[in-house]
Amino acid sequence: MSITVYISGDSTAISIGANRTAAAVVKEAAQRGVEINLVRNGSRGLYWLEPLIEVVVNNERVAYGAVKPSDVASLFDADFLNGGQHPLALGSVEEIPYFKKQQRLTFARVGITDPISLDDYIAHDGYRGLKNALASSQAEVVKQVTDSGLRGRGGAAFPTGIKWNTVLNTPSEQKYIICNADEGDSGTFSDRMIMEGDPFVLIEGMTIAGLAVGANQGYIYLRVEYPHAHKALNAAIAKAYEAGYLGDNIQGSGKKFDLEVRLGAGAYVCGEETSLMESLEGKRGLVRFKPPLPAISGLFGKPTVVNNVISLASVPIILDKGGDYYRDFGMGRSRGTLPLQLAGNLKHTGLVEIAFGMTLRELLYDFGGGSTTGRPIKAVQVGGPLGAFVPESQFDTPLDYEAFAANWTVLGHGGVVAFDDTMNMAEMARYAMEFCAIESCGKCTPCRIGSTRGMEVMDDIINNVDREKNVVLLRSLCDTLLNGSLCALGGMTPYPVLSALNHFPEDFGIDG
Amino acid sequence: MTESTTTETVQSIIAELKDKPGALLPILHGIQDALGYIPADSVPAIAGGLNLSRAEVHGVISFYHYFRDTPAGKHTVHLCRAESCQSMGSNALEAHVKNTLGIDYHETTADGLFSLEPVYCLGNCACSPAMQIGEEIYGRVSAESFDEIINDLGVEA
Repeated sequence: MSITVYISGDSTAISIGANRTAAAVVKEAAQRGVEINLVRNGSRGLYWLEPLIEVVVNNERVAYGAVKPSDVASLFDADFLNGGQHPLALGSVEEIPYFKKQQRLTFARVGITDPISLDDYIAHDGYRGLKNALASSQAEVVKQVTDSGLRGRGGAAFPTGIKWNTVLNTPSEQKYIICNADEGDSGTFSDRMIMEGDPFVLIEGMTIAGLAVGANQGYIYLRVEYPHAHKALNAAIAKAYEAGYLGDNIQGSGKKFDLEVRLGAGAYVCGEETSLMESLEGKRGLVRFKPPLPAISGLFGKPTVVNNVISLASVPIILDKGGDYYRDFGMGRSRGTLPLQLAGNLKHTGLVEIAFGMTLRELLYDFGGGSTTGRPIKAVQVGGPLGAFVPESQFDTPLDYEAFAANWTVLGHGGVVAFDDTMNMAEMARYAMEFCAIESCGKCTPCRIGSTRGMEVMDDIINNVDREKNVVLLRSLCDTLLNGSLCALGGMTPYPVLSALNHFPEDFGIDG
Repeated sequence: MTESTTTETVQSIIAELKDKPGALLPILHGIQDALGYIPADSVPAIAGGLNLSRAEVHGVISFYHYFRDTPAGKHTVHLCRAESCQSMGSNALEAHVKNTLGIDYHETTADGLFSLEPVYCLGNCACSPAMQIGEEIYGRVSAESFDEIINDLGVEA
């Protein structure tokens, strides 16, 4: 019987050599006449151990990592296919504290199953949520999601159940489900990991959403920078159609749901839901005025649910185990788990899915292991390029939407980028303005012009031209952006800029 | 590619996709996938196929960073400029890349081998700094590993 070997096909694992390691394993096995069954799974999310190899020994998975192609021959010599000892042996991934301390609900299958095997998905509790949804009324499904306390994981944290309820109660012949997979925030990759590592869970979540609100067409708006996710989604969608999980008659229920992936084209602003819908309609991604809400008049003017990947991928477990089960994780009004992404200058970068409530400090040091350069962490940016820079004095803030908001910081999509003390925060503030200028859709004046003026003002501050005067001007400009912009791009660019200025005035050459 | 096959390719992509709701982006992707860019002379055909004005089509092409209206080099290096990569030294890498290739962003080397484009996050932030060439994504890129990758691609070409 051939031995099953798992090597991640996740794009970050590939970016540091997983394909070369896999090729070396296949070649070495062939040379030694050993039969193996290679599965390219998602990543467990412990990226410092990638490329990670897992082997099934006595029904348990034994891991080795990080494995370079040059390590492969010695692994075979050590009989790793039967769990042999080797300097790279890690034992069971589930026993590594980084993994063991997590609460994986949305990511339950990622890194474990073959991402595009429907059988594997079903064998690991897949499509149980859909089964329950098919046996319930639309209102009951929406109620489960409302009861779970799930809030939009894309960053805005709007209650998902309330959004669904609005679409359910807006009569229309045609409604849509859109998955916002335009994960453009630096420091975030959980959407990508789900789409590459467990695409069926997203498909199931969207199907449940469609049934719940009466929408028969779904679109996944995927950023073009994610070619691996694109392939995985298309392969999984094709299989779901074949097996009757998508199409005209879902599992014999007579209900219909079609799903298609559409690619973006490198515009950050298209992650804003109204801009995204313009893009899906084939237009420039200009932000729309709200109201009307997309839930009432969205894509092609029809009632539309727009949810983030993680929100939709959390729906199957909520429908499987009940809203109460999910709601019992978390703190305050932040219920359930948040897949946090540790990025940038940290020793142990990766994915940490855990209930809301842990402090940022625990996340950075207990999980992240501190900076990879060994220097002090000066600041972390949480919530993407529009999130505030959080100084060390605020590291004890619990990971909770309201606690972060109280500090004028943003938890957002849960992306955490750490910077060591070599970073100059005035430069980062300038970059935030530059990014806004590059990505502004141009519809509203504060964002379109304010960002360019902001860059110029930052240049003057950095070059010590009328510094004091320009700092006053910068604050005034940020006030205009904050209060006068049409969407979060212009409206939140002041978060990184002002937090850098307020917490690190010395980098701007001024006294605090 | 000769002019007539270009037109044929464009026409067949339009014919295949024009009835999709919101067909413009899929058509533009189709053309760029096939030809490497969206030639200016394809704009009237797209506009005709979708009953749009040429200005509307041009406006969409120019709005999105990913679409290009000139041919790219054989390989396009998409170098990440975003925060996570900056935290791991991408500014120095950027200087090295520009210096090695002898070009700035949005330019192509004289031998037509490499184009350089900035990108704002590849979702590879756990292994910064990152870049993408074709469908290959590279993590923890250093000046040395960049040189190796570029040399290998140059030899291949």
